[in-house]
Amino acid sequence: MLKSSRFTKGMISFFTEVGEVTKFAGRFFREVFSLPFEFKELLRQCYNMGNRSLLLVGVTGFILGLVFTLQSRPTLLEFGAAAWMPSMVSISIVREIGPVIIALICAGRIGSGIGAELGSMRVTEQIDAMEVSGTNPFKFLVVTRILATTLMLPILVIFGDFIALLGSALVEYIKGSVSFQLYFNQVFDSLNFSDIVPATIKTFFFGFAIGLIGCYKGYNSKKGTAGVGQASNAAVVYTSMLLFVIDFIAVFISDIFYE
Amino acid sequence: MNNTKEHISQNPDPRPVIEIKDLYKSFGNLKVLNGFNLKLMEGENLVLMGKSGSGKSVMIKCLIGLMEPDSGSIEVLGNDILKLKQQELDELRTEIGFLFQGSALYDSMTVRENLEFPMRRHTNKVDLKNTDELVLEALESVGLASAIDLMPAELSGGMQRRVALARALILKPKIILYDEPTTGLDPITAKEIILLMMSIQKKYKTSSLIITHDVDCARVISNRMILLLNGINYAEGTFKELSSSKDPKVQAFFK
Repeated sequence: MLKSSRFTKGMISFFTEVGEVTKFAGRFFREVFSLPFEFKELLRQCYNMGNRSLLLVGVTGFILGLVFTLQSRPTLLEFGAAAWMPSMVSISIVREIGPVIIALICAGRIGSGIGAELGSMRVTEQIDAMEVSGTNPFKFLVVTRILATTLMLPILVIFGDFIALLGSALVEYIKGSVSFQLYFNQVFDSLNFSDIVPATIKTFFFGFAIGLIGCYKGYNSKKGTAGVGQASNAAVVYTSMLLFVIDFIAVFISDIFYE
Repeated sequence: MNNTKEHISQNPDPRPVIEIKDLYKSFGNLKVLNGFNLKLMEGENLVLMGKSGSGKSVMIKCLIGLMEPDSGSIEVLGNDILKLKQQELDELRTEIGFLFQGSALYDSMTVRENLEFPMRRHTNKVDLKNTDELVLEALESVGLASAIDLMPAELSGGMQRRVALARALILKPKIILYDEPTTGLDPITAKEIILLMMSIQKKYKTSSLIITHDVDCARVISNRMILLLNGINYAEGTFKELSSSKDPKVQAFFK
């Protein structure tokens, strides 16, 4: 009885939260097309989220390419399929591993940052101060951040994928004596638009999810400074789960087109 | 400190700039405001005192449109704020300066950007060519022109409160709302802030609603006082009248 009531409460709370996030997203779509546009703030956010994440994404991508190639190489050698390495690595990274890993990294770096920043602005009444000065804080703080993550994530993923392929090419150059030119020729031969386009489209949704959940958690943060920590933490946890759900849906849809 | 009770008396026929009637607000079963009434006259300094949790901040948030009351009416400069559209409310808010308890400066912006922020959003009220002059003038009136390019984190609590006051003044509002302006400050800085509030009131001819626990602040600055108890205005009068009241509940505020 107790378990079932807890389960019911949990389900109600889950669906209430989903409803609130949907309302929040609805407000974003209403406000994104209404005047005035906050271009300056949007550019500032794009710079903050894009430029300042480059190093982290680059290092992650490079190590991802290195490790992935090092781990796969012995198995491919065993089957005499070492020549397939560039194709296998590029398709895996571009279609799946690159977007998901980089989106998860960005959920940690950007999503938690947004959650903490807006949460702290909420508890120190900065959002109220903005509203009192006749500015729409939702438009200034939320719309610009969600747009910035939606626009920046695809760029970060493309950058991260390229660096990952560089890492992989380096391993092949050192261990397999494959030149960079030959490696990248094989990479571009094996990649089709059907690999690149769906993978890039889904990164827009990943970016939107990171911005949306980070902003939702931060903007509605309560309970003083403890609430700021909770907002930041919840932003990462919920975004990570949502990324996998979006990825599943994206793969499912693109699979229909392949068939 | 001299008091500035003369300003309201200079105006022979003061009109109400804020009028609150029968304001009710509750959170679940907790009734916070229980038929609260208030009238702030032009040029007046009205002090609202009440215990912590008595609903002072809720009232001020209802007044500025940050919170919606359950019932009652709130008129600011002749506008019923509960009936205004968002854009009209935003316009009206430019006539109201708000000093938050914790200053609420935007910590990602410099002092200059904090002051420019409201101006850039209300270009109909301010000529953007003069932003530098206006920022400097507002900072000079709070004695902090030298802090113009500092970040809020580089300022002391008292300096942050002064910058917040300059930001509240930047659009030349007709009304200033102070939410516990001296809370958290040492007595000397608190006195400086009170003096500053008085000089600003003289210079800009504003009407002020001041929420405070600070009896010294109330004594010096108030033309009139309201004591908020159990969600209603329990007592009203001048500082002298209330401080000499025999009612133990009123006396408790002045001990």
